[in-house]
Amino acid sequence: MVKDITLGQYIPGNSLIHRADPRVKLILTFILMTTIMIVKSYTAFLMIAGLILVTVFSGKIPFVYTLKGLKPIMPVVIFTALINIFTTEGTVLYGFKFIHITYEGLDMAAKTSLRIVTLIIGTSIMLLTTTPLSLTDGIERLLYPLSRIGLPVHEFAMMMNIALRFIPTLLEETDKVMKAQASRGVDFETGGIIERGKNFIPVLVPLFVSALRRADELAVAMEARCYNGGKGRTRMKQLKLTKVDLQITLVLVVFEFVLLYVQYVKMPV
Amino acid sequence: MSVTVKNLSYVYMKGTSFEKKALEDININIGTGEFVGIIGHTGSGKSTLVQHFNGLLKPTSGSVFINGEELKGNRAKELKRKVGIVFQYPEHQLFEETVYKDIAFGLVKRGESKEAIDEKVRNTVKALGLSEDILEKSPFELSGGQKRRVAIAGILVLQPEILVLDEPAAGLDPKGRDEIFNLISDLHKSHKMTVILVSHSMEDIARYVDNIIVMNRGKVEMTGPPQSIFSKMERLEEIGLALPQITYLFKKLKKRIPAINDNIISVSEARKELEKYLRKADG
Repeated sequence: MVKDITLGQYIPGNSLIHRADPRVKLILTFILMTTIMIVKSYTAFLMIAGLILVTVFSGKIPFVYTLKGLKPIMPVVIFTALINIFTTEGTVLYGFKFIHITYEGLDMAAKTSLRIVTLIIGTSIMLLTTTPLSLTDGIERLLYPLSRIGLPVHEFAMMMNIALRFIPTLLEETDKVMKAQASRGVDFETGGIIERGKNFIPVLVPLFVSALRRADELAVAMEARCYNGGKGRTRMKQLKLTKVDLQITLVLVVFEFVLLYVQYVKMPV
Repeated sequence: MSVTVKNLSYVYMKGTSFEKKALEDININIGTGEFVGIIGHTGSGKSTLVQHFNGLLKPTSGSVFINGEELKGNRAKELKRKVGIVFQYPEHQLFEETVYKDIAFGLVKRGESKEAIDEKVRNTVKALGLSEDILEKSPFELSGGQKRRVAIAGILVLQPEILVLDEPAAGLDPKGRDEIFNLISDLHKSHKMTVILVSHSMEDIARYVDNIIVMNRGKVEMTGPPQSIFSKMERLEEIGLALPQITYLFKKLKKRIPAINDNIISVSEARKELEKYLRKADG
């Protein structure tokens, strides 16, 4: 059955980072990403790793969860590292026939891996501490200027919101239908690929039927409440910048200055 | 066939930050041919409990026995077949092109012969009071009550010896409710099935069941025949359950007319009691 699925990655909490405005978090994460992409020295990576660790601990995010996000990306990290190791030209450290490992290759591999790993953990901190709904809210507000040039920003955000809102509902429904069909003798756990694929027909048909019914009901409910797009719509939960946002912004700004100082003034590359 | 549950506990999402204890140390025994109601407030664990009866959920700890054999290992598949569960809003599981195919689905999965399937489907449809005309219709063009019966037929056709129904009357009008409950009651009598009725409403089950298991927050709060359960009115109300309206009416009557018996749980009992009282008053 569909077991133990957590929606998105959000872990409830009440730390500084949890309480911060999603817009601020998005921007700060973006700045951090850019920094990770441009820094070149190990000192800088060490500092970024330090910042990430501090955030993880102060946010009381279980460390296992941040590592979980790395799991699917690990093959990519290993693959790029290998390519870097074997294809970079430079001072040869070890050579055997056509294989040669260079000092530059190892250096490049280490840095690329660090870059990917810190990128992933950095973004996952944001996803772990922001509810999907406030995330789309933040994205909508940040992209709002684009609606001036005719992009349907509000509609996109609403679609995302609705999709996110219905993920748990649909999962629950899938679980229910699977159980109901399992009670009629469908075995989801054994059998070949074709057999298993066929077994999903009795699940998919009822799911589609109910998804369409829900969409219909939702549309009626929204219209009954006079929903007619984003124009002139006010919000119940206004996004407001607070002291928390100022604090975390300050932390990052100071960090960036120190980092840039270390990187370009003290030991220019 | 009997169902025995020993020291059963179940935890949802174990090992995550969303961990939730759904069942705690459940011990119950439902005898062969019994008609039992499991009742509890929303979230009391009643649905979680019955899903253990055919192995849809595996106990976090403790064990489930069907007819004395533990639901585990090689025998599990065989034992599961003896238990039929009709879920809430069972009509949401209909998917085939025709009613016939939908009812026959479980039998086809079991690999039974065409003739056997045909006979069983037709018998079940008859037993559920549906006409054979609907067999070739699409299940999606039936009325709500019909859909529900067809869905129940899809389970009954598998000839379970223990039948579990989770809120079988939810969303039906009063007439539809009575029909479904009378149907279940008839099936229990004619097929000597063990029937387990899950509900949050005393009103529905009081009339039919021999025994009631009251669940509260993942634990068994009390068990016993309806009369003895209903005598603990205060406790039931504390855990969010209400007695049948007719019982409340008779408790009020009792205050005015002390001679009347207030241990009444159904309208037919109420009628008998009133007649008895009036006859006495006349004579």
